[in-house]
Amino acid sequence: MPESLIIGVTIFVLSMFAGFEVITKVPPTLHTPLMSGANAISGIAIIGALLVTGGENTILNTILGVIAIIFATINVVGGFLVTDRMLNMFKKKEK
Amino acid sequence: MNLLETIIALSYVLAAALFILGIKYMSSPATARKGNLLAAIGMFIAILVTLLDKQIIGYTWIVVGIVIGSLIGAIAARRVQMTGMPQMVGILNGFGGGASALVAVAEFLRLSGTQALPTDVAVSILLSVIIGGVTFTGSFIAFGKLQGFVPGSPIQFPLQNIVNALVLMGAVISSVAIVLFSPAIPVFVIVVALSLLYGILFVIPIGGADMPVVISLLNSFSGLAACATGFVVGNNILIIAGSLVGSAGFILTQIMCKAMNRSLRNVLFSAFGTGDAVAGAAQAKGDKTARSIDAEEAAMIMGYAQSAVIVPGYGMAAAQAQHAVRELAEQLMGRGVEVKFAIHPVAGRMPGHMNVLLAEAQVPYNLLFDMDDINPEFPHTDVVLVIGANDVINPVARYDKSSPIYGMPILDVDKARHIIIIKRSLNVGFAGIDNELFYDPKTTMYFGNAKEKLQELVAEVKKL
Repeated sequence: MPESLIIGVTIFVLSMFAGFEVITKVPPTLHTPLMSGANAISGIAIIGALLVTGGENTILNTILGVIAIIFATINVVGGFLVTDRMLNMFKKKEK
Repeated sequence: MNLLETIIALSYVLAAALFILGIKYMSSPATARKGNLLAAIGMFIAILVTLLDKQIIGYTWIVVGIVIGSLIGAIAARRVQMTGMPQMVGILNGFGGGASALVAVAEFLRLSGTQALPTDVAVSILLSVIIGGVTFTGSFIAFGKLQGFVPGSPIQFPLQNIVNALVLMGAVISSVAIVLFSPAIPVFVIVVALSLLYGILFVIPIGGADMPVVISLLNSFSGLAACATGFVVGNNILIIAGSLVGSAGFILTQIMCKAMNRSLRNVLFSAFGTGDAVAGAAQAKGDKTARSIDAEEAAMIMGYAQSAVIVPGYGMAAAQAQHAVRELAEQLMGRGVEVKFAIHPVAGRMPGHMNVLLAEAQVPYNLLFDMDDINPEFPHTDVVLVIGANDVINPVARYDKSSPIYGMPILDVDKARHIIIIKRSLNVGFAGIDNELFYDPKTTMYFGNAKEKLQELVAEVKKL
């Protein structure tokens, strides 16, 4: 097993635990914004898409890469904006 | 490592910390918006430093992609209605999964031409393609069901579970062949096609009201796909962010299943909610009568109560009645009635759906109570107003072992002194079973469209 893979797996396992810890504390009221926010974070695939598209490529790969960038950007931009829009509506009762 | 590489690597660590911190701030509505901003900043940093990577030599196509994606994303985020939020989240899941799968496909095409694929890279690519592909098409079907393009009821055909299993096995076997023998492109195409097909097959037999589970699960998948892509391109930030999303979706999936007292297996494979039980339920109806009520009488009961609990369900979302609900609550509170909202975890079509709609209507979130907090209060509640909810208040879940919803935690609405139910008809809910609460002497039915009925009720309360 290559060393980079071991490191990757280590990071994966620890991140899962970190995720469980912080996410179980999110109250049900915020479950929809949590999802859309998590959605935006899963747009991190954009990093992979950028590396693929910007590199030396065949035409087919460039096309695949650009579509991947479009998808991931929709995810990132749409996800964060719509989450912000939702969270902006959550107001406490003023006394 | 040169200076640039060090800066990039450390920036990724910063981005990862901001993601975790961002989610941590989501633990309270007061700080959640800041949390979302922190996560967004983390993403911005990650994207920015990636552009400095020496692997990137051309920027034209990158800019094209980002501009198009940003425009679509921003317009969608601005235009979407709060009642359409489940669809929005559903489709965003799909784009996330799709992006991950596409990156893996591109990497496969690049590597397969030049050298033999190392086993770990091949496995990562195939996982990313399968998970991402399933997420992509599955999310679009879920979107279609929520939007009404695809029938919301389970779509079934003979030997469905066997056919589905064969499709998935086909994808797995082809993948194993690629890993063990050679990275042949035709076999890879089969993997891609079967994954996309499986995504469709796996969502079509799942009914509309089970969408909270499906959306949560696909959310988890979109994260895991990104994670697998992280292994493909050898980038840790993808692994970290992907597993955060993977665990978020997984936790939500578990919460949703628990709130229905059904296993994930049962939700995914049993085509629940076909309405098979309707015939039996109709017979049982025979000697029972439901009392109906008009706006004036309902206004009297609610307006002179000391405490009222409002239970919103999918009917409120479908009728876009959240603003009328807020108006009613305001009128009642103005008269000194203590008003609370009771939210069942699976009310609506996605986790937290009701909360978002009520937030949009500017109902303060501290009036909203979870099932466990509100249930002990029903026995002291004068009146409960149920708006378009059915199975989540059906007392049969508590005692009838033969009922399909037996064991599902419900809101103990039947323990209140008086229950008013706004509903279009006495029809059964998603589970396809009759609700004895409708015939309880304490219950009165207020038939009609939720929004219209609430507006009439508000008008009558004002006259009191």
